[in-house]
Amino acid sequence: MKQTIIPLGPYHPLLEEPEHFKLYVEGERVVDLDVEIGYNHRGIEKLSEVKTWDQVPYLVERICGICSTSHPMAYCLAVEDLIGCEIPERAQLIRVVVCELERIHSHLLWVGLAGHFIGYNTVWMWAWKYRETILEICEKLTGNRNHYAMFKPGGVRRDFNKEQVDYGLERIVEMEKPIRLLTDAILDDPVIHKRLKGIGVLTKKDAVSYSALGPTSRGSGVPWDVRHDEPLDGFKDLKWKVIVQEDGDVFSKGVVRLLECFESISMIKQALVKLPEGGVIDADIREIPMGEGCGRYEAPRGEVFHYVRSDGSNMPYRHKVRAPTFNNLPTFKASCKGETIADVALITASIDPCYCCTERVAVVDKNNNEKILREKDLLKLSVDKTHNIMKRLGKTPPLYNMEI
Amino acid sequence: MAKKKNVKVMDDLKKKLKKKIIDISKPREKRIYIRVTPERAAEVVEYLFKKYKCKFCTATGIDMREGIEIIYHLAREDKNMVINVKTLVPYSNLEIESIGKKIPAFRWIEREINEMLGVDFKGHPDMRRLLLADSFPKGKFPLRKDFKNSDVTDEDYDYERSGI
Repeated sequence: MKQTIIPLGPYHPLLEEPEHFKLYVEGERVVDLDVEIGYNHRGIEKLSEVKTWDQVPYLVERICGICSTSHPMAYCLAVEDLIGCEIPERAQLIRVVVCELERIHSHLLWVGLAGHFIGYNTVWMWAWKYRETILEICEKLTGNRNHYAMFKPGGVRRDFNKEQVDYGLERIVEMEKPIRLLTDAILDDPVIHKRLKGIGVLTKKDAVSYSALGPTSRGSGVPWDVRHDEPLDGFKDLKWKVIVQEDGDVFSKGVVRLLECFESISMIKQALVKLPEGGVIDADIREIPMGEGCGRYEAPRGEVFHYVRSDGSNMPYRHKVRAPTFNNLPTFKASCKGETIADVALITASIDPCYCCTERVAVVDKNNNEKILREKDLLKLSVDKTHNIMKRLGKTPPLYNMEI
Repeated sequence: MAKKKNVKVMDDLKKKLKKKIIDISKPREKRIYIRVTPERAAEVVEYLFKKYKCKFCTATGIDMREGIEIIYHLAREDKNMVINVKTLVPYSNLEIESIGKKIPAFRWIEREINEMLGVDFKGHPDMRRLLLADSFPKGKFPLRKDFKNSDVTDEDYDYERSGI
């Protein structure tokens, strides 16, 4: 059988970030896949070696716009691990609130995009509408919708006042109902079940051997969650559970993300209620001794890992950053084989990849005919498949405007 | 309670890995550092990954002037610990056994360390560049301490290789 290579990229058709996938296909089936990254390599690790310990949080915050708290958080944890200092309770809880708000808005962003991609523009509009409220809460609490600049080694930079806490609590309680409505609407829809179930299955064994992280591993039945496995002091007294799904397909990963939103809402509520009156928000750190430390934190996409080494100067000797997508991208080699081209763009988006953290799809025929699929073509393939399922289920597919 | 358990982990590792490692230390409650020779590194890391069902976090390469230090970070989630396996690959012989040939999780990071610091991973199935451009000059390693931006000029780029 002749093999075709189809390029998908240089921009991901769904998440519009630079990456390049080469799909080796036989007819409509993908037989192998090759990922090329590096289009967006900015040399942050090298740059970090010429920044002072206090400047690095601002730098790592800019690794990614969506997980702009997870990187500073992991970095601060690494430095705190190096020093071995205690973080005040109030600072811990403020960290929990900011981090969980970020998780909700990141998951809703993904749900919206996934909805758009399978032809459910209503899901897209809905999810992003609710995400807006979360961003408003972020703005009220931290001063920014993204890039909060809240963290520093030893604690947080800004405190919440009474008015902010009340506002946050009120709005987050309001959010539970609409997000429940959205979740139920998605989970009850027979078309979405047919469209997403059994697609791009990552087996438990593969999830372990590729060390998949976050919702990608939890969707495959591997219950790895750093918040649970290595809890910060702030997480210890909060009641929440790790969401695990067993099937490993795109649907499971979506379910994990949707249900995690509720855990996050509950955690934010508990943290805001528990927030002690006043008190210090940072530990007094005068100097960074020689040594090394690892910090890890569960970003919306999985575990972020930072390693720092100090030679006793005011700058890190080495600062290693590992974003979750770095571990999750190679899993496509396992999950995309045997799937159709219409599904691959969806599978590759199912890990919620973040290329600015880590870093395009070419479909190549086995007789070396290269065919470039544009965003519209892929979107059309994917939407058509949903509409075919709708027809089989006796539903009338909506008119779909490809120009959106 | 947790403290007691972690002491056990330490003793257990000491006993099992006694002959294979140089030393083992536990500076913090949840962190274990193991030092091994480059020849033993792959064996010890594979053992930890398989025996204790560790999660592979990542590997860090550090330019230590006398060689490249590679640290494999493994997380043992059942005991809430990060086990770091350190090894110093001397500049005289920048070679180490690849773990990626057996466990796919290690492949990408080995490619990264190879292009950024110039360590050769023996037996790696797919040693292409991961992050650097194909046209980036050979034999220059950006993450080494002696690398300066001025070391690579526009003329050094081999655009033919990248097909531009």
